Amino acid sequence: MGNGLDPASPLLEVRGISKSFGAVRALQDVDFTLRAGEIHALLGENGAGKSTLIKVVTGVFPRDAGIVRLGGEDVAPRSAKAALSAGIATVYQEVNLLPNLSVAQNLFLDRQPMRFGIVREGEMRRRAKALLADFGLDIDVAAPLGDYSVAIQHVTAIARAVDLSARVLILDEPTASLDRHEVEILFRIMRQLAKRGIGIVFVSHFLDQVYEISDRITVLRNGRLVGEREIASLPRIELIRMMLGRELAETTSARAAASERPPREVCASFENYGKASYVAPFNLELRHGEVVGLAGLLGSGRTETARLVFGAERADRGQAKVEGAAVRLQSPRDGVRHGFGYCPEERKTDGIVAELTVRENIVLALQAKRGLHRPLSRREQDEIGRRYIRMLDIRPPDPERPVGLLSGGNQQKVLLARWLATSPRLLVLDEPTRGIDVGAHAEIIRLIRELCDDGLSLLVISSELDEIVTYSDRVVVLRDRAHVEELAGEAIDVGNILAAIAADSVAVALEAHT
Amino acid sequence: MTALLPRRGLAQILALIVILAVDRVVSPQFFDLRLQDGRLFGSLIDVLNRGTPVALLSLGMVLVIATRGIDLSVGAVMAICGAIAASLADSHGLPVVLAAALGAGLVCGLWNGFLVAVLGMQPIVATLILMVAGRGIAQLITEGRIVTFSSPDLVWLGNGSVLGLPVPVVIALGMLILTGAVVRGSALGLLIEATGGNARASELAGVGTRAMILAVYVWCGVCAALAGVIAAADIMGADANNAGLWLELDAILAVVIGGTSLFGGRFSLVLAVLGALIIQTMNTGILLSGYPPEFNLLVKAVVVLAVLLLQSPKLSGFAGVMARLRGTKP
Repeated sequence: MGNGLDPASPLLEVRGISKSFGAVRALQDVDFTLRAGEIHALLGENGAGKSTLIKVVTGVFPRDAGIVRLGGEDVAPRSAKAALSAGIATVYQEVNLLPNLSVAQNLFLDRQPMRFGIVREGEMRRRAKALLADFGLDIDVAAPLGDYSVAIQHVTAIARAVDLSARVLILDEPTASLDRHEVEILFRIMRQLAKRGIGIVFVSHFLDQVYEISDRITVLRNGRLVGEREIASLPRIELIRMMLGRELAETTSARAAASERPPREVCASFENYGKASYVAPFNLELRHGEVVGLAGLLGSGRTETARLVFGAERADRGQAKVEGAAVRLQSPRDGVRHGFGYCPEERKTDGIVAELTVRENIVLALQAKRGLHRPLSRREQDEIGRRYIRMLDIRPPDPERPVGLLSGGNQQKVLLARWLATSPRLLVLDEPTRGIDVGAHAEIIRLIRELCDDGLSLLVISSELDEIVTYSDRVVVLRDRAHVEELAGEAIDVGNILAAIAADSVAVALEAHT
Repeated sequence: MTALLPRRGLAQILALIVILAVDRVVSPQFFDLRLQDGRLFGSLIDVLNRGTPVALLSLGMVLVIATRGIDLSVGAVMAICGAIAASLADSHGLPVVLAAALGAGLVCGLWNGFLVAVLGMQPIVATLILMVAGRGIAQLITEGRIVTFSSPDLVWLGNGSVLGLPVPVVIALGMLILTGAVVRGSALGLLIEATGGNARASELAGVGTRAMILAVYVWCGVCAALAGVIAAADIMGADANNAGLWLELDAILAVVIGGTSLFGGRFSLVLAVLGALIIQTMNTGILLSGYPPEFNLLVKAVVVLAVLLLQSPKLSGFAGVMARLRGTKP
């Protein structure tokens, strides 16, 4: 980003930071430099130390060693609040505001304009409106924050932070739950803020976005600094190598092999299947040994299709068939009984039972399928737990660890294991690689291909089109809660998918990023 | 840190030992047992016997709480079922009396379960309905009087003995074993813990979460019915106003002392019953000490606080002390 500020004097300077938790060294001698007016991506696999670094800088964790300088002066905030008043604001993926209060109240929480001890509502709303107008947002500020999309909640959180005279803005995975259009809005605001001289730290798993928005990057690995680079002179493969510390084959090359297998028999089919004001009726055929990808923007009906197919939502029209026989899918239990499995997008709320162990989480669906009267003995459970921990390389390989303590990628593998243990015929995977570090990401994709080669039928949703193109035999494209296109064989490529998604206006915006 | 914390159940056992020791100080005969007419007598037996109703309630309550629910109606269900048992005792045989009382408890449990599992009401509100209405129903059954009976069968249920132990204690022990066998012998335990830990995820994994929730409320109702029958048999009458009064709170307390979180998930039947015994050991101790019973409530609060502090993961300093103590005396 072009700006008139002196790049030589750093805005935020972190030198030699170390932090241990018990015997675990989470950060070792890490340096980080943020200039005024730059967008600086902080990258690394899960467990690399990104969150710890942010929390040490913002005073959430006390540091063991090192210094933090803001505008040339040493700072040592003792809490996130102290960091904020020093000028370092953090906006987390889960927005820390109050959804039941109005947008205006959220913006001026703790500092409402008062007169004679009474909050001046009108004044507050007027100022809130003006503040958000700066960010190109024209919304009803008197409405509860919770009524708005996550994107608007994010912008509100950022507006509040900036208005509290933040000089450093840390955004931790801000785009994880935003759709493409919302990401655009966020990026525009980030650029605008950078122009005003605010230094922005951007943490993200989405490498495309990192390349799109960042000026420089800093990569951490295993709690150590790997390097700091200008993004313009850093090839993607080099960046991935920095993050992983090993060569990673470009994933797109696997495409050719996928389409050459002979067609197999139909596993499940859905005719004119749909639900009013949920998903328009669709026809879908899922074959053994085949991956069908569902592509579309967020809210296009991908997850809704998945839930109908699995039985998590009841269809109000159409006919479902399993191996040629008509079936009724009224509940997840029905889906499970017919040999379906479903890994939902929201792992934490819809997937894992955090308190239970890895073993218990793995056997849960199988036990539910067998019924109460046929309990799996402890020995069988141990055996199943160990088998899948080994097969999917779940780490740490401890079946008795509460699953909530595992990383996102390993939780995802536990969920996969849960369904594989039921020997399913069809697996529905909703965003199986979201929020997962690069290494686990490649592994999950490899697993999808392997499962498919074993004759399983897979229905996979992903926002990452490169990924969908890599493993799908067919791709169904959705738009506005309807299936609009089905691509097969040679026709599957990112361009065609985009063309189908973007039959109208959105096309231009999307093309720009591929 | 977690490795240094007391292991599961240690806090409860320690608490029980401390309270027993205090009881021994206030009443030197506390541990004395004597055999008379083929039955054991003594303060310890008394603790077991008096603790039976709450222990039975806690057996049902712990399962309800494990599904992230709560049942405030158990005291009222005790009153209803006690009233039914007392009204029928002199005109019908014991099997009929028991079947009627337990059947009523089952219906009460179904009602609660229906409200929570099918209508999706919040458990605390749903069971509040029967907590209020139940006592009224019990008073209607007894027509506002204290119904007494003399049926020797039912009296035996409250005052008899088997192998030297009071019948209520044997019943409670039997129910603990039965519940344990059903819950841990089948997949019920895992599925209840999964439902309480994350109902949405469990539902999507194919667990019949509604059936689980319905089942635990039904079982809670049956346990309350049994407690009600025993309470009535003990005093050879049914007092609709006072039977089981406030015992729902003791049962919840017993479950919490037993380490089961009100947020659902992991539960322990044995520790819940141990919680009930801790409460009763305190009650008995205070009675024996000669202090006015008003002290009971205060002392109870202090002990509950102590047990909860022992379980608190935030209390790592204390855990450190514990670890050092254990380290020096292997």
